[in-house]
Amino acid sequence: MIKLKIPDKIQIKAEDDILKTRQVVREVSDLMGFGIVNQTRLITAVSELVRNALKYAGKGTMTLKKIEKSENIGLMITVTDRGQGIPDIELAMKDGYSTSRGIGLGLGGAKRLVDEFKISSTVGKGTIIEIIKWVD
Amino acid sequence: MQKIPILKIEDNLIVSLQFDIDDRLALELQTDLLNEIRRTKALGVLIEISALDMVDSFMGRTLSDIAKMSASMNAYTVVVGIQPSVAITLVELGLRLESVHTAMNVEDGIALLKDLKTTDTETND
Repeated sequence: MIKLKIPDKIQIKAEDDILKTRQVVREVSDLMGFGIVNQTRLITAVSELVRNALKYAGKGTMTLKKIEKSENIGLMITVTDRGQGIPDIELAMKDGYSTSRGIGLGLGGAKRLVDEFKISSTVGKGTIIEIIKWVD
Repeated sequence: MQKIPILKIEDNLIVSLQFDIDDRLALELQTDLLNEIRRTKALGVLIEISALDMVDSFMGRTLSDIAKMSASMNAYTVVVGIQPSVAITLVELGLRLESVHTAMNVEDGIALLKDLKTTDTETND
């Protein structure tokens, strides 16, 4: 039995860190028993969220947590930044909406790839996005 | 510093992405490919991505941009080797690889490029 070691808070400061967060999520989700498609969904969602944090806030953090509900286990990933916050979350979640050079699939796209998606944002203070994917 | 090699075979440029690449490297590849198209007068670009375990919106847009930019320089772009899990995720994410032709593997990709170029010549005649 391989002991699952989940790394502490990962700092997101530079473009390289997007790659690093993807690698960490790949390793952890693989050890937790996620199938290849769900691993890919998780990595892709994380890539979108981490890039958003970097692009809009300049930096942020990512934390991973193994969670349990009845018989099922899941992975909860939280991406936090202290940027400008999102004034209109509903608008920001819409496909095609982007205030930068992106194509505006980041938030809405990430939501479609996971089982649970929670966002809270305060203008001037920052944004916290929490995603959960269950193994089964 | 890492750099993605671009090979030229006949009038095609061939790139194989062998590892997960960051945004900077993806944009560098875009510029390098366009410079190589101009230098070699290549008519086709083949990008092999079977080693990529994910394509997010940034990577997807970069591939799409490469195809559109190459097209404006008279070269077709074919992306080959997309993993099933990547194909599923691309669709769920809502990403369309606009202007990008796809094929299963390098061999099919080369054949497709040949077809595209032939059709082009016929239409022009």
